[in-house]
Formats: sequence, structure tokens, C-alpha cells
Amino acid sequence: MPDAGPELDALDRRLIVATQAGLPRVSRPYHAIGGELGIDGDEVIARLQRMLDSGVIRRIGAVPNHYAIGYTANGMSVWDVDDVRIDELGARVGALAFVTHCYRRPRRLPDWPYNLFAMVHSQNREEVAARVAEIAALLGAACRAHDILYSTAILKKTGLRIAG
Amino acid sequence: MPEAAASGLASGAALDAIDKQLINALQGDFPLVAEPYRQVAAALGLAEAELLQRLDALLQRRVLTRFGPMFQIERAGGAFVLAAMKVPEPDFERVAAQVNAFPEVAHNYRREHALNMWFVLATATPQGIAETIAAIEAATGLPVFPFPKEREYFVEMKLHA
Repeated sequence: MPDAGPELDALDRRLIVATQAGLPRVSRPYHAIGGELGIDGDEVIARLQRMLDSGVIRRIGAVPNHYAIGYTANGMSVWDVDDVRIDELGARVGALAFVTHCYRRPRRLPDWPYNLFAMVHSQNREEVAARVAEIAALLGAACRAHDILYSTAILKKTGLRIAG
Repeated sequence: MPEAAASGLASGAALDAIDKQLINALQGDFPLVAEPYRQVAAALGLAEAELLQRLDALLQRRVLTRFGPMFQIERAGGAFVLAAMKVPEPDFERVAAQVNAFPEVAHNYRREHALNMWFVLATATPQGIAETIAAIEAATGLPVFPFPKEREYFVEMKLHA
């Protein structure tokens, strides 16, 4: 079960809880976290490195607010794609430079016929629409219908908050 | 610009060249060394104190929503699930407040569609998802439609400022 991931011990879990809201903005942030958990800063670094290597951590860094850095048109494009071809085509849509997230998800018939989701962020809706047209061309006859759901407000964006 | 207005944020809100450089650099791999800010600052030709001050300001202004490790909680036995609701317009604010009050709701967006509220649930266990969905349905009186990911084709975590 490669996807089940590595075994995490109780200290790893405490480290997740201690860092999920963010890293302290001090010269030695890993040592500051270590101080809170009663372990050495080097141990914090080693454990974070292990979680990064095993994929428990995707990356360490900043999460920008799309709107604030100029991506004011955020379109979730959704597609009803032939089940036989979706994995091949999903990989190709995901490889397009302007697609930031791309997933296969279940349909909810009859209301929701779409099984492929591809996020497209841009400065304006015209540009999003042009990019969505590129995806439509790539999918061709394998796609029966599509839509674009633009976001009109960020209601919340805190990220993961699991209990300690 | 209805998006920017509705989100309460001016687009590209007064970021100078150094802020942009910083945002781009900090979306990279933040170093796992004793003094990581100093290392990043040096690469950008900044003093550590200035980098920390600007980073604090960007977080305070919500240009950055977070700075730290991004966990793929599935790899640690947890779950992330996208879910959506059809919220009647007059109830939208009430329902948004009720949904956002759950710590399991990691982010939440208003979107233009009959399914007008889209949020991501993050829980420490897979069972936590079903429990949270049931609790949200009970709190709001509205059905929640989960859209768990079946395959991930691509995830880019960086956006150029």
C-alpha cells in the first residue's frame, strides 16, 4: 500500500499540529518549534525533511491569495469526459502549463454530469475562456459537456487544522 | 471586478518589486536549515530583518494566506474532500458563517452556479469526512454534495506574482 504512506509517530503528529498554521517568523524557526515541543531544532528539521521526502509534506513555503497577486479570474472548469479516455486525457489536461490543479471526481447525476475538474487562474475572464477553449480542443469528441464556475469570493482560506 | 470587490481585496494591492520577488521566491522550497530566512534573504540580496518584516506584512494584509508546510494529509492517514452546496441566496451569509465555523473546513469559495458554495474538508481520519458532512448538514439544514478526488492528474502549488 504505497499510498498509505509512511508510519508517523506521536511526535510527527505533534509537529504537524504545531506547524499547520504556519512557521514562526524568527531567525531560527525550527528551533522555536522544537522549544515548544521540548525537542531539539535539528530533530524538527530532520523530521520535516523526512515528511517532505515521503510526501506527507508537499512543500514548505508561502500560499498566496490569488486575488491579491492579480489572478482576479479564477475558473474551475468542469468536463463530462468519456470514462474510457478520462485518465489519458486528464493527464494531458493536467500537463497544460496554465492548469494549476486537475482531478477526476465522481459525477452526481442528474445535476452534475462532470467528472474532470481543471482549475484555470488568470487576470481576466476572457483569458480564462480562451484557455478553456484550448482544453475543449484537446478533449475533442471525448467531452460531452463542460462549464466554468468562477469564484466570486474567498469565504475562508485557512488550510488544514487538525486537532492536537 | 466583482471578484475583487466581493472578496474585500484590491487586486494586485500595492505590491512593490521586492514583495513580488519575495512571494515568488517563498513559494519555492523553503530551506530546512537552522537559519532559513537568512539564507533566502541572502539569495535575494536582502537583510534577514527586512525579509521577516515584509513577510509579516504580506501575511497581515492577507496577500499570503499562510506560510509553512503544506501537508498532504492523506499520506498521514487523513483526508481532504471537495464538497459543494446549493445555498439559497437569502441564506448565503448565514450558511457561510455556519460552514466556516467548522475547523475541518480548510477553505471555502463562493462560485457562480446553482452549486454556489464549494469548500474543502480536511480531517485527521477518513471517517472524519462523513462525520463533518453530517454535522454541516445538521447545522445548515442543507444537503452537502461530496466530490472526493478519484485521481490526481496535476497539482501546481505556485503562482507567479
